[in-house]
Amino acid sequence: MTTTLPVAAAFHHEYIPATPPPADIRPSPVTWALKNLFSSPFSCLLTVCFTGLAVWLVSQFLSFALINAVWRGDSEVCRANPDGACWSFIGAKLNYLQYGAYPATERWRVDLTQVIGAILIAWLLWRNAPRRNTAALLFFGVYPIAGFALLRGVEAIGLPVIDTTLWGGMMITLLMSVVGIVFSLPLGVVLALGRRSGLPIVRAVCVFYIEVVRGVPFITVLFMANFMMPLFVPEALTPDRLLRPMIGTALFSAAYMAEIVRAGLQAIPKGQYEGAQALGVGYFTMMRLIILPQALTIVIPGIVSTFIGLFKDTTLVAIVGIADFLRAVEAARIDPNWAGPTISSTGYLFAAIIYWFFCFGMSRYSQSVERHLARGHKS
Amino acid sequence: MSNKSKLSPVISPENDRETAVELHGLNKWYGAFHVLKDLSLSVRSGERVVVCGPSGSGKSTMIRCINRLEEHQRGRIVVNGAELTADLRNIDIIRGNAGMVFQHFNLFPHLTVLENCTLAPIWVKKMRKREAESVAREYLRRVRIEDKAGSYPGQLSGGQQQRAAIARALCMNPKVMLFDEPTSALDPEMVKEVLDTMKSLAAEGMTMLCVTHEMGFAREVADRVVFMDRGEIVEAATPAGFFTNPRSERAQQFLRQILK
Repeated sequence: MTTTLPVAAAFHHEYIPATPPPADIRPSPVTWALKNLFSSPFSCLLTVCFTGLAVWLVSQFLSFALINAVWRGDSEVCRANPDGACWSFIGAKLNYLQYGAYPATERWRVDLTQVIGAILIAWLLWRNAPRRNTAALLFFGVYPIAGFALLRGVEAIGLPVIDTTLWGGMMITLLMSVVGIVFSLPLGVVLALGRRSGLPIVRAVCVFYIEVVRGVPFITVLFMANFMMPLFVPEALTPDRLLRPMIGTALFSAAYMAEIVRAGLQAIPKGQYEGAQALGVGYFTMMRLIILPQALTIVIPGIVSTFIGLFKDTTLVAIVGIADFLRAVEAARIDPNWAGPTISSTGYLFAAIIYWFFCFGMSRYSQSVERHLARGHKS
Repeated sequence: MSNKSKLSPVISPENDRETAVELHGLNKWYGAFHVLKDLSLSVRSGERVVVCGPSGSGKSTMIRCINRLEEHQRGRIVVNGAELTADLRNIDIIRGNAGMVFQHFNLFPHLTVLENCTLAPIWVKKMRKREAESVAREYLRRVRIEDKAGSYPGQLSGGQQQRAAIARALCMNPKVMLFDEPTSALDPEMVKEVLDTMKSLAAEGMTMLCVTHEMGFAREVADRVVFMDRGEIVEAATPAGFFTNPRSERAQQFLRQILK
């Protein structure tokens, strides 16, 4: 019974090493430019015009943000210089932009929470890291509770309680985004599976939820989370004022996430389901090990798009009185002590750079994940 | 090797004379279209049955009913003593006993060949990972692609993919193998390697129910040829009888067309 089955191995599938093309057909920079930039009089004109425009814009930006900017000095220096950004203003307000009204003596708690969070996220996202299961358990199980306890404070262990009304700035934005991202993806997956389920009630509930939430503006969801949730839930159980918009954000993004995940599920050929079923693999194992890994890989661009949208949408929580990062910039900018011609521009430019930095990071990471996943099974 | 004893033989002596697959008055409709009309067929353990017939005759649908990839509406299906009912446990038992090989392989592209082979033993049979891997390597060796264990399906040729799919099914130690046009999606030069693998499997005594257009394979390997047309079993005979002296007009016509 251990005999080898005879197979007509007539063909050897060996890889022939690639040889580079001869040097004379490899494009040189000059031929490349001639072909792509100066192929006709019209494209010459376009190239010249847009190069000029780009140089002008970049030089304007650099002169405002770097060359003429005030790096050191107080508001007097900034007021005297209407041509450049006032970075010393950002320096002076940096603590406020980061922590809001969180008491200065207790800010180490925010730093500690963020450092632990960053380490855990890096551990999770670094593909070759050892024991990523432990990281997942810590991040999804232990960290939310420990992090909240550390930020909020526990009298019993000598950490004074800091009311959430004092929280603000970047810590709120990061908190909102991380909670939104962490909860919206699994919830979206569940909704997507429910929408494609064969069970009519489950499907109807999921379709109803997705269509209702997607049909309502995010601000409405925030208002409802903020003002209506206390009406439905007994007072003792009413979630914290900071928690309410978080729940709203996660539930709102989950509906969009569900539709993106559903797109991925629909792209998986029926044969994959049948291959698993024929082996006797049950529904949940099949979804977890065979269908979802492939479906989620396909829709990584859409998922990350939703994450980026969620990150920027957290600015809207300002409308229910939460002092997020953008709100902190706004409050800092109108400080009369720093009144000056470039203070507002500097504040908004700084906010834009920070938001861009986070979103671009997410985008780059997702591209590297896509490349990594595409490598194994290209057919 | 210590794991050899755990590789139970392809067919065990005690069920040698049992009926492996039994269909009784099987009926199926797609909406108003009557795909399977009163099919009855009995396959003994160790028997090799080839099902042939023109496209659209219901061959694939019949074989897919046996492990509930399609649901039949009337009639009985019994696989190794377990009747196929709405009871999910019976469906799982039957799927564990019946290995299936598909026209388009249906390998999992995001897993290596070895992972494809060990997934079901680990998660369905609760086998330990190392044990499942040594079983899988043994079957991969028998279909002669043990050197591809670490490759992804997309890196294999069609013939190699189909042999990997056969190994994957064998890893569950099935009592009967169902083949649904296993060579129809292959380039001509790869058909032979897959057919040779199937022949060796037959030589080892595996019960096989095979939908195929490979008449050479049917002639050489089958104990019985079942001819289907328009959802009915028109004729069932030994290969010698079927190919040299088909009784029905429809079978004669079919053979004229494909042997031409």
